[in-house]
Amino acid sequence: MGFLDIDNTTKSYGSVEVLHKVDISIEEGEFLVLVGPSGCGKSTLLNMIAGLEEITSGEIRIKDNVMNGVHPSKRNIAMVFQSYALYPNMTVGQNITFGLEMHGVAKPEREKAMQDVARLLQIEQLLDRKPGQLSGGQRQRVAMGRALVRNPDVFLFDEPLSNLDAKLRVDMRTEIKKLHQSLGTTIVYVTHDQIEALTLSTRIAVMNGGYVQQLGTPQEIYDKPENIFVATFMGSPAMNVVPAVVRVDGGAPQAEIVLYDGSKARLPFSQPNLTAWDGRDILLGIRPEAITDHDSADRKSGNIASLSNRIVVTEPAGSDMFVSMQLGGKDVIARMRSDADVRAGQDFEFAVNMEKAIAFDPETEARIQL
Amino acid sequence: MAHSADADFKTRLQAWIPKLVLSPSVAMMLVFVYGFILFSVYLSFTDSRLLPSYGWVGFENYSKLWRLSHWEISLKNMGIFAALYISICTAIGLGLAIFLDQKIRGEGLLRPIYLYPMALSFIVTGTAWKWFLDPGIGLENVMHTWGWESFRFNWIKDRDFAIYTVVIAAVWQTSGFVMAMFLAGLRGIDNEILKAAQMDGASNWNLYRRIIIPQLRPAFLSAFVILSHLAIKTFDLVIALTGGGPGRATELPATFMYSYTFSRNQMGIGAASATIMLMTIAAIMIPYLYSELREKR
Amino acid sequence: MSVASQDTAIRTGRVTRKLIYLVLVLFALFYMLPLYVMLVNSVKPLSEITGGGMMNLPQAFTLEPWAKAWSSAQIGVEPTGLAPYFWNSIKMVVPAVAVSTVLGALNGYVLTKWRFRYDTILFGLMLFACFIPFQIVLIPMARMLGLMGLAGTTWGLALVHVVYGIGFTTLYFRNYYAVFPTELIRAAQIDGAGFFQIFWRILLPSSGPIAVVSVIWQFTNIWNDFLFGASFAGADSQPMTVALNNLVQASHGVKEYNVHFAGAILAAMPTLLVYIVAGRYFVRGLMAGSVKG
Repeated sequence: MGFLDIDNTTKSYGSVEVLHKVDISIEEGEFLVLVGPSGCGKSTLLNMIAGLEEITSGEIRIKDNVMNGVHPSKRNIAMVFQSYALYPNMTVGQNITFGLEMHGVAKPEREKAMQDVARLLQIEQLLDRKPGQLSGGQRQRVAMGRALVRNPDVFLFDEPLSNLDAKLRVDMRTEIKKLHQSLGTTIVYVTHDQIEALTLSTRIAVMNGGYVQQLGTPQEIYDKPENIFVATFMGSPAMNVVPAVVRVDGGAPQAEIVLYDGSKARLPFSQPNLTAWDGRDILLGIRPEAITDHDSADRKSGNIASLSNRIVVTEPAGSDMFVSMQLGGKDVIARMRSDADVRAGQDFEFAVNMEKAIAFDPETEARIQL
Repeated sequence: MAHSADADFKTRLQAWIPKLVLSPSVAMMLVFVYGFILFSVYLSFTDSRLLPSYGWVGFENYSKLWRLSHWEISLKNMGIFAALYISICTAIGLGLAIFLDQKIRGEGLLRPIYLYPMALSFIVTGTAWKWFLDPGIGLENVMHTWGWESFRFNWIKDRDFAIYTVVIAAVWQTSGFVMAMFLAGLRGIDNEILKAAQMDGASNWNLYRRIIIPQLRPAFLSAFVILSHLAIKTFDLVIALTGGGPGRATELPATFMYSYTFSRNQMGIGAASATIMLMTIAAIMIPYLYSELREKR
Repeated sequence: MSVASQDTAIRTGRVTRKLIYLVLVLFALFYMLPLYVMLVNSVKPLSEITGGGMMNLPQAFTLEPWAKAWSSAQIGVEPTGLAPYFWNSIKMVVPAVAVSTVLGALNGYVLTKWRFRYDTILFGLMLFACFIPFQIVLIPMARMLGLMGLAGTTWGLALVHVVYGIGFTTLYFRNYYAVFPTELIRAAQIDGAGFFQIFWRILLPSSGPIAVVSVIWQFTNIWNDFLFGASFAGADSQPMTVALNNLVQASHGVKEYNVHFAGAILAAMPTLLVYIVAGRYFVRGLMAGSVKG
C-alpha cells in the first residue's frame, strides 16, 4: 500500500458523475501533480483528499487509514489555497498558529513552531502585520507557513501560483521545489499549467473530463503520451498531430504524409511492429523540437528522416526560431536554433527525428502500443 | 477668427453647464437644509412662543429645557429605547442572517417575509401593534379566551412598561433590514477562508466567533449608525402606538419637540430640543460619513 | 452530516439544522402576525372583535369595514372615508418622486463625470442632509411655505419631499455612476457630444436598475411619511398616513377596530404592492444607502 491511496474513487453530484473511478497511489515524499484543463475534476479530487468534499464511492487512505468521512482537521493534512485564504482580521503570526491553537497546542510550543517556520520561509519580519498589508508573494509564503507549521502527512496545493505575475510565478515555483527537496514532504499539487506540472512533480496525473488520462513520471508523460489529449496538452508548443497512412516498404513501416502541394512523402518509423497497420490511417505525433534543420538534429538519434517542404511562417522567439509548414492539411511547427537560415516561402529540407515519433489510432485516439 | 471665438465660448459654456445643473440642488440644500438649521438654532436662542420672534435670550431656553421633567423623561425614554432597539435589532438581524446563510431551503420565501415590514409606514405599524398589544382586545384577551386566564400583558397601558412596547414595534419593523445587511456581509466573505478554517480544526462556534464575525465589522458599524439615527428620529411610531402616553411614559425627544412647538406654543424651547437632537445625530453621522468619503476618494 | 456544498463551506448537524429551521419559522410567524391580525379583523363585524378572539378567522365575513374605511368613515369634518386622502397622497407622491429622481440622476452624473474641486465636500453635505432630524426644519419650512403661498397645499408638500429626497436619490445615482466607465464619456466628448447629449444617449439608457431603485425608495418613503404631512398639510391636502392616524385616534364614539384595520391596510397597500412586485430593487435601495465601499 502506498502512503496516499486513492482507491477507485468516484464523485457524483446527484446523477452527474464528475470523477470516474480514479485510482492513484503515491509513496511518501512524492510530489504528485494533478494537471488538466478547467473542469477536469482536479480540484474536486483535491478537495476529496482534503475532506472538503464527500466521496461518493471508493476509498481514500492516508498511511493505510481510511479517510472517508473523517473531518478535514483530523486527517493531518494541510492545504494552500489559490487565494491564500488568510484570515484578514488576524496578524501573520496568529494566522500561522491558528490551526495549532484549534488543536489544543500550548502557547510556548505554538510560538516556537511559528518562529521556526517563519525563519524557514524568511517571513520573520512580517509576523505582526495583517494580510492586507502584504504583497502577493508574501501572502503566498504566509499561506505556506500556515500549512508547514502543522507538520502534516500530506500537503495539498490548490493552484497556488495562479494569482501571481509571471516572474513571481517562476521564482515561487523554484522555492516550492527547493522546499520539497529539503523537507521531503508528500505533496499533492493542482495546476492547469503544464510547465509547473513537468518541473515540480515526481509524478503527474493528467486529467480530463473526470478521468485520469495518464499517470506517470514527467518523462513518461512527455515522451510516451498514452493518448492525443495528453500528447497535445503537455508540452509547449503542443505536439504536432498529422493524419498519415502506414505504408510498408521492404518490411519496414513508414508514415506517408501529404505535403503542402499535395505531393506525398514517406518517413520511416523506428518501431517495426507497425507493419500490422499497413494501408491504414493513423495520426502521426511529432513534437516541434523533433523537427529541425539538419545541422541541429539530434546526433544520438538513429533515425533522422529528411523532409522537403515549404515554409509558411517564421517566428523568431529569442532563444529559438519557430517555423511552420503544412503537413497533411494541418499547420505543423518546427523548432530550430534562432540563427537558422530560413525565410517564409522558402523550400526547406527539414530533419525529422523519427525515434521520437508516435503513432495514434485515429478512432480511439490512443497511442498504438507496440 | 469668428470660428475659434465661437469654439472658445462654447467650451467655456460647456464647462459651466455641469455646475449649473448641480446648482438648483445645491441651492435647495443650502437654503432648505443648512439655512433652516441655522434658523432653527437661532430661534432656540430667542423668546419665540407661538410664532417666531427675534428677541435674544441667550441660553435661557436651554436651561429651561434641562429643568423640565418632561424633557428629562423624554431623554430617559430615549436612552432605554435606543439601547434596547439597537442591541435587539442587531442581535436578531445577525442571528437570522447567520441562520439563513446555512443553505436553507425556502430562503427565497423567508427573506422577503423578514423584510416586508420596512415597506410599511410607521403609522401602519403603530396601529397594528397598538391593537395587538391592547389588553382589551389584543394578546391578553386572546390568551384569556384560549384558556390562560391569568395571562397579563398590559404593558402598553402601564407607565413603567409602555416604552418597551415601542421597542417591540420598532424592532419588528427594522430587524429585517439589519438582517439583510448582515446577510450581504456574510455572503461577501471569501469561501476559501472558511475552508481553511475548517482544515485548521475550527468548530462552527470558533469559526463564527474568531473569523466570520470579526470580518463583519463594517456591517456592525453601518447597522449601528443607521439604527441610532432611526432611533433619534422616532416620531411616527410613538404617535400611532401610544400618543406619547400613558402620561409621559413614551415621550421621546421628537414628540417632545413637536408638542412644545405646535401645541404648547413654546417654540423657543421646541427649537432648543430640536437642536439637541441635531447635535446628537451629527456626533454620530459626521465621523462616519467623513471616514466613508475619505475611502471613496 | 449534511453535504458540504459549493456555496458555503459550513456544515451543520441534523439536530442543529432542525433547530435552525424552527427558529426561522418562528420568526416568520412573528413578522406575519400583525399583518394577519389586521387582515383577518378587517373583514369581521365589530361585534366579533369586541367579543374577543382577535386571532380567530371571521365567522361572519364582511367587506363593510373596507367600504366604510374607503368612503364613509369620519376623518375630517365630513365623513368621506380615506378615499380623498388616498388621492392626495398620489398627487403629492408622483411629482415628488419624478422630480427628485430626475434631479438625483443629474446630480449623480455631475458629481461623478464632471469632477471639480470641492465636489466631494458638496456630496458630503448632501449626504448629511439625508440624516438630519427633520424636526429641525419644521418651523422655518412652515414659514417658507407660507411666504411662498404654498402653505397647506399638495404642491407645498411635494416640494418639501423633493427637497429632502434629493440627498438620497443623488446618493443612489452617484454610487451607480461612479462605477460606470468614464472612458465612455470621454470618447463621446471626443466625438463632439455635449453635456446633455451624453447624459441622454449614454448614461440614461443604462440607468434602468438604479432608476427603479430610486423610484421605489422615494415612493415608499414619501408615501409613508407622516411628520411632514402632519406639519404642513391643510385639512384638504392631508396625505393618507395623516388621515389614517386621525381615523384611528378619533376619541369620540365607539372604536371601530375593523374599520381601522381596513384603513391601515389601504394605506399600506401601495407600498406593499411595490415591495412584492419589485422587492429585489427595494433591497438594493436599502443596501445602497447603508453599506458603503
